Amino acid sequence: MARIAGIDLPRNKRGVIGLTYIHGIGSSRAAFILDQAKVDQNKKVEDWTDTDIAGIRQVIGNEFKVEGELRSEVQMNIKRLMDIGCYRGLRHRKGLPLRGQRTKNNARTRKGKKKTIAGKKKAPK
Amino acid sequence: MPRSLKKGPFVHYKLDKKIEAMNNSGKKTVIKTWSRSSLITPEFVGHTFAVHNGNKFIPVYVTENMVGHKLGEFAPTRTFKGHPVKK
Repeated sequence: MARIAGIDLPRNKRGVIGLTYIHGIGSSRAAFILDQAKVDQNKKVEDWTDTDIAGIRQVIGNEFKVEGELRSEVQMNIKRLMDIGCYRGLRHRKGLPLRGQRTKNNARTRKGKKKTIAGKKKAPK
Repeated sequence: MPRSLKKGPFVHYKLDKKIEAMNNSGKKTVIKTWSRSSLITPEFVGHTFAVHNGNKFIPVYVTENMVGHKLGEFAPTRTFKGHPVKK
């Protein structure tokens, strides 16, 4: 059982893939970590020895912010923008896109699922 | 792409002069400015700017957190109060 940064990694996957289950680690960081820890990228997570895991933990601890720490940092950055009252902060407050995208249509990632408005006319063909 | 480091941060030269004069004399007055694109540098902290938003001047008190942003970011140019409610 490989437990890193408070996350249980999938046992039956290759090391590089397994590490990407941690928030803040994608494929390039996963490759970098395994490289530094001198673990073969193709080695399955379940085959990792205790020394492998210790090395991986050490590399992650030294180099990267992951999981809770990373999430709280992101939240802090957003909070700072909102507190100083700049344009991006205002957009965060309203739940609209920050970088000048159009909001007449689309922007569903920020705005969430469509809210149907009663009595709104359909566009004529 | 970010601005070239060689040039340094952009601050309108007249604004820069005013800030320097104020910092040297220790006085604090509101500075009216149209220069929304000027970057807020550490020298700006503690001063109040009246930043033009195309219609009127919005007072902006600069704190330490604002360094690195531009003056215009704190003076919104659009007034959208929500969609009209149908009777």
